[in-house]
Amino acid sequence: MPKLTVDGIEVEVEAGATVLQACEEAGKEIPRFCYHERLSIAGNCRMCLVEMERAPKPVASCAMPAADGMVIKTDSDLVKKARNGVMEFLLINHPLDCPICDQGGECDLQDQAMAYGFDSSRYAEKKRAVKDKELGPIVKTIMTRCIHCTRCVRFSEEVAGVGTMGAVYRGEDTEVGPYIEASINSELSGNLVDLCPVGALTSKPYAFTARPWELKKTDSIDVMDAVGSNIRIDARSSEVLRVLPRINEDVNEEWISDKTRYAIDGLKRQRLDRPYVRVNGKLAPASWDEAFAAIKAKVTGLDGKKIAAIAGDTVDCESMTALKDLMGSLGSPNLDCRQDGSKIGGPRSSYIFNTTIAGIEEADACLIVGANVRAEAPIINSRLRKRWRGTNGDFSVGIVGEKWDPTYKNDYLGAGPETLSDILDGKNDFAKVLEAAEKPMIIVGMGALNREDGDAVLAATRAIAEKFGMVSGEWNGFNVLHTAASRVGGLDLGFVPGEGGLATNDILDGAAKGDVEVVYLLGADEIDMSKLEKAFVIYQGAMGDAGAQAADVILPGAAYTEKNGTYVNTEGRAQQGWRAVFPRGDAREDWTIVRALSGALDKTLPYDNIDAVRTRMVELSPTFASLNVPTKAEWTDFGKAGDMKSEGFTSPVRNFYMTDPISRASVTMAKCTEAFVKGAAAEKVA
Amino acid sequence: MSFIDRTARSFLLAELVSGMALTLKYMFKPKVTLNYPYEKGPLSPRFRGEHALRRYPNGEERCIACKLCEAICPAQAITIEVEPRDDGSRRTTRYDIDMTKCIYCGFCEEACPVDAIVEGPNFEFATENREELLYDKDKLLANGERWEAELAARLEADAPYR
Repeated sequence: MPKLTVDGIEVEVEAGATVLQACEEAGKEIPRFCYHERLSIAGNCRMCLVEMERAPKPVASCAMPAADGMVIKTDSDLVKKARNGVMEFLLINHPLDCPICDQGGECDLQDQAMAYGFDSSRYAEKKRAVKDKELGPIVKTIMTRCIHCTRCVRFSEEVAGVGTMGAVYRGEDTEVGPYIEASINSELSGNLVDLCPVGALTSKPYAFTARPWELKKTDSIDVMDAVGSNIRIDARSSEVLRVLPRINEDVNEEWISDKTRYAIDGLKRQRLDRPYVRVNGKLAPASWDEAFAAIKAKVTGLDGKKIAAIAGDTVDCESMTALKDLMGSLGSPNLDCRQDGSKIGGPRSSYIFNTTIAGIEEADACLIVGANVRAEAPIINSRLRKRWRGTNGDFSVGIVGEKWDPTYKNDYLGAGPETLSDILDGKNDFAKVLEAAEKPMIIVGMGALNREDGDAVLAATRAIAEKFGMVSGEWNGFNVLHTAASRVGGLDLGFVPGEGGLATNDILDGAAKGDVEVVYLLGADEIDMSKLEKAFVIYQGAMGDAGAQAADVILPGAAYTEKNGTYVNTEGRAQQGWRAVFPRGDAREDWTIVRALSGALDKTLPYDNIDAVRTRMVELSPTFASLNVPTKAEWTDFGKAGDMKSEGFTSPVRNFYMTDPISRASVTMAKCTEAFVKGAAAEKVA
Repeated sequence: MSFIDRTARSFLLAELVSGMALTLKYMFKPKVTLNYPYEKGPLSPRFRGEHALRRYPNGEERCIACKLCEAICPAQAITIEVEPRDDGSRRTTRYDIDMTKCIYCGFCEEACPVDAIVEGPNFEFATENREELLYDKDKLLANGERWEAELAARLEADAPYR
């Protein structure tokens, strides 16, 4: 542990740390452009120069390893002069177009020019101009502004794993961009915009929309996938304008996927902003009282067994709690939060990502079963890639299921359950890898569990976990990767069929036969609506998608940006998001709708405010007692051994960019689908 | 003053005469009043009157929607909305000034990097109702066209001191 002195302050840093990190430890701010904590060190912007005793010249602190006894000065005249010089050189070719630049107001170069820049330029010659590059529907380029920090090059190479960006030519002619004319085909490309310290890479959908000082910032949780990425929602008046990542080392570090970032423009379209009631086969606008009256007329006197509820993929835990309690008071055991019909919901360890996302970095072998992690949870895939690139020894990855490109080295083992049996019997070579591994892990995707033989597959994967010592002591290598933000929360709350109750597929079949007369869809859109034609369908949600089409009564709810909500991610980590804007029109926060409906049905629920609902949630599951930390689950028996069908596993996510009502309504996501899923870029990957 | 003196002054109407003399004196002095609105006083090139949005000589609007005027406006009288124009350039889709809020401080003019929003020499824009004082982009651009010759001259006159 080297000890060094920074401006007279003694600091001790970890071995391998840089002088820049030591300076930060001492509380000194070092200006930088190219250095980034999560990327490799390039040392090419020279902005972080500091003075070091016994060194003839100022040194670039980001690239200088901290050593014992160093004496560093960060605020001497020499340092100031050196940085002023660097800044002057950087500004030589940087255009003076801050007023039309989207980075204006949150630009590193702008900020640091305030500290180290001169008020006028000594450079009278012509400035350089660079042709803009085409990087697809998400990243807009104005390459004249580029200062060649190469953060984007390193990000796409190291984190995203698509080595398409590079710097070509030398000296003043250097140009950063894709080597070949191609969009960046990565689910993480939006992070390039955050990384770029200047306005060379900006967000295309957000182009010229707002200035950073106009925006109201709200901390929230993403619901586009089950990772529960920590996000910040930037809104102006009643409009959500952009989503940025918040740093959470245990979940998303500081990356978020493109869907998380850009699907929000779907919130402007196809919104349900007032109640509707179906009259003579047509949905007609109604008041809340009329909508509740229509429901009361249908439900009153009906046997509880004929009522069912299905919760969708993006609903919050508060509304599921309220609906569960309402169904209980109506005497209905038919409720389910697994609209894909997956066979999960036993003991807690059988349905969460036990290893935790940060825990991936300790693993040394990984078997992925029936999950296209890159499409289902790009952030977890980047963590796997980080582990594979890391210094923590070899990391072998085996894939069972469909073929997909994980951006790191992998062994494709087979398509379906047979391969699982082979691994279990030791017939597959990967069995030896798992045998040798100290901390092996298995990731089971919904593609393996949403089949009819899901129970058997779950049992088989559990057997593999047992056989190869994936669960021992503190280490639990058994992981289920969810695709829905509400799933783990729903399972924790017990939003599953009660005694003699029906699961999703049985509810749908029952509705088709006429056994189930009332179906309450809480934001559930990904089910077969044709089976619900006979039933009286109540749809509560924010988006006018499939569920609203099939509904007899529509109760307009709030989108995830419009309510305070708790979500449990795939690790079993309960996190709370705050309301950024108010719900549209007559729409209300979802749990309040259920509460109001319970009053109209004379089954008033015993809570009047969100704190009371949350107290009730803690009663239902201890998960909600400790926020932001995943609660460990005990390893118990689960799954039902049985025959597995021979057909291969298929990932439920066919198109990463469109998985839920919000992203389906999004223009940006439609453009991405056009460019990356249907376009030429997609063919290249396939 | 003696009694005689006072009586003599009264009888000779001395006060009246001196008053009339003063009146007579002012009859030959230049007038300080103006025959407004037919006559107008001089205005400094820095006079801050009614706002205008200017155009370049080729007809392109100057405003690039940087929102600096909106940000600096102490009365928050300016509202701007932006979208990329068809040719990809940054332009306003809305530029409103609430003239009833405006305090005529001139910060918007100072903040503007392209001399687009200016406060012109016009101070005669009284209206019959409030709504007419809610200026939109068309009104401001029309102002710019009407006053361009004077605006350009004012900017030039003031340029050496900026």
